[in-house]
Amino acid sequence: MSLDKATVAKIAHLARIKVPDGELESLAGELSQILTFVEQLNEVDTTDVPPMTSVAAQKLRRRVDAVTDGGCTPQVLSNGPETAEGFYVVPKVIE
Amino acid sequence: MTALTHLTMASALDGLAKKEFTAVELAEAHVRAVESARPFNIFITETPDAALSMAKASDERRAKGEAGPMDGLPIAVKDLFCTKGIATTAGSKILDGFTPEYESTVTSQLWRDGAVLLGKVNLDEFAMGSATITAHQGETVSPWSPGQPGQWDRKIVAGGSSGGSAAAVAARVALGATGTDTGGSIRQPAGYTGTVGIKPTYGRCSRWGIVAYASSLDQAGPMTRTVEDAAIMLRSMCGFDPKDSTSVDLPVPDFRAALTGDIRGLRVGIPKEYRVEGLSAEIDALWTQGIEWLKDAGAVPVEISLPHTKYALAAYYIIAPAEASSNLARYDGVRYGLRVEGGSLAEMYENTRGAGFGKEVRRRILVGTYVLSAGYYDAYYNKARQVRTRIKWDFDEAFKSCDVILTPTAPSTPFAIGEKMDDPVQMYLNDVFTVPINLAGLPGLSVPAGLGADGLPLGLQLIGRPFDEETLLRVGQVVEKAANVTALPNFMA
Repeated sequence: MSLDKATVAKIAHLARIKVPDGELESLAGELSQILTFVEQLNEVDTTDVPPMTSVAAQKLRRRVDAVTDGGCTPQVLSNGPETAEGFYVVPKVIE
Repeated sequence: MTALTHLTMASALDGLAKKEFTAVELAEAHVRAVESARPFNIFITETPDAALSMAKASDERRAKGEAGPMDGLPIAVKDLFCTKGIATTAGSKILDGFTPEYESTVTSQLWRDGAVLLGKVNLDEFAMGSATITAHQGETVSPWSPGQPGQWDRKIVAGGSSGGSAAAVAARVALGATGTDTGGSIRQPAGYTGTVGIKPTYGRCSRWGIVAYASSLDQAGPMTRTVEDAAIMLRSMCGFDPKDSTSVDLPVPDFRAALTGDIRGLRVGIPKEYRVEGLSAEIDALWTQGIEWLKDAGAVPVEISLPHTKYALAAYYIIAPAEASSNLARYDGVRYGLRVEGGSLAEMYENTRGAGFGKEVRRRILVGTYVLSAGYYDAYYNKARQVRTRIKWDFDEAFKSCDVILTPTAPSTPFAIGEKMDDPVQMYLNDVFTVPINLAGLPGLSVPAGLGADGLPLGLQLIGRPFDEETLLRVGQVVEKAANVTALPNFMA
């Protein structure tokens, strides 16, 4: 599989990572190399093989539906780059 | 008396119990060692004040007869474990300034048992790498590197991603260190630095409070200088945690008690598919020697087959990036760490993530995003998960005819910084022997077993049945004793 610059730009946008135009070409080469490497998986017969969801042979536990934590807004916000009045502040999203 | 920094955990516990020295003296010696090893760039954050106050509290507990199983032992913590009030960076610029408000379960258990924190150590950014060269804070140099610190003839890698942990233990800077292992990140650096590292069974150690890379593969584990020390530290790190949905509710054995040395009649599987192309002759010879050592101790080697071994790396390099692309979506400039402003919310996200992630992390997020995107999900992600199932089945089948598996840890001795860096796929091949074990969720142990012609360490890997770390450690100690590696790193603090 060979990716072109436009595809890399599209993936980068989906991943919300700004990639300078000058790096798209080399990145396309590196990603293509990785995707070519993983294509060997097509040699494996996986007919009727279930895709693994969890390696632990157990069902997910259930817990009691109860409030066990809370009242720690200052701690939750303490690492926010910009906060005000108990909220995170982000650039305006409504025009 | 042996210098305090050269003790094993077991002998340090003895010395503390016999009042030959105090925890404060032990901590002071290690704090000085941390300072003297600075040219190797092992620590991201040194915590000498915490070390001394924790050591003082340890001495007080011991005086009252309340010493825990690791009381007074100075350790280093990989900077991937959240530590309350102490910066945690994952080696990434995007976590610049992040100070957790909580403590990871594993580290809180280590403090519960009396361990003393020396500081947070280097790693590959977000644990993605095999050499500890991709962190925002720079590369770690192995204490095995020839030449004077700072003026090395060759800068040897400490392996990765837990390279800071491995270097700290090998350089006699810490008695032990925590590591994490997603595709070999405990075992490979242990092998590269002549130390012991165990990745327990998936579910043994809580993942809560550890910065996530690939959640279905990540496991924490100890890195130490002896198998006995690994048993001591592993016991403190393991245990059921309701805060991790994949934590397994099983009693934690006294791993040290399992070290009986008796492996008579044990069947040791030798997977023929691990004789891969490019395996160096000296590693092949060491592997054969390892089989002889186990035979001499009464074990029985059996040839086994793990037919899907050659596909493990390819499956890993779909599954791990896919999970990483999802896990790392949280670094958005809103809740913690770096923020680079932009004209809109979306632009702020893109600018922050563009500036905050290093090249390898960016590469893996993009691969992950691609293989999970519409139209490719089945062809890549689901296919990889099916191959993962077949890899697990291979091990299930193999363990019908053997009790433990012996392989090399890595296909070569450690390389120098600057080598293998142009081609990401070449770098990935370091993990060819360790990755299948994460995919199958099994426990794996690396034990120092010899030196290569270049004078650098070589390790052997043991793989066990799920939750059978006891057999793994028992066999590991037999290998350790038979190998009796006396060579020491070029630099020791």
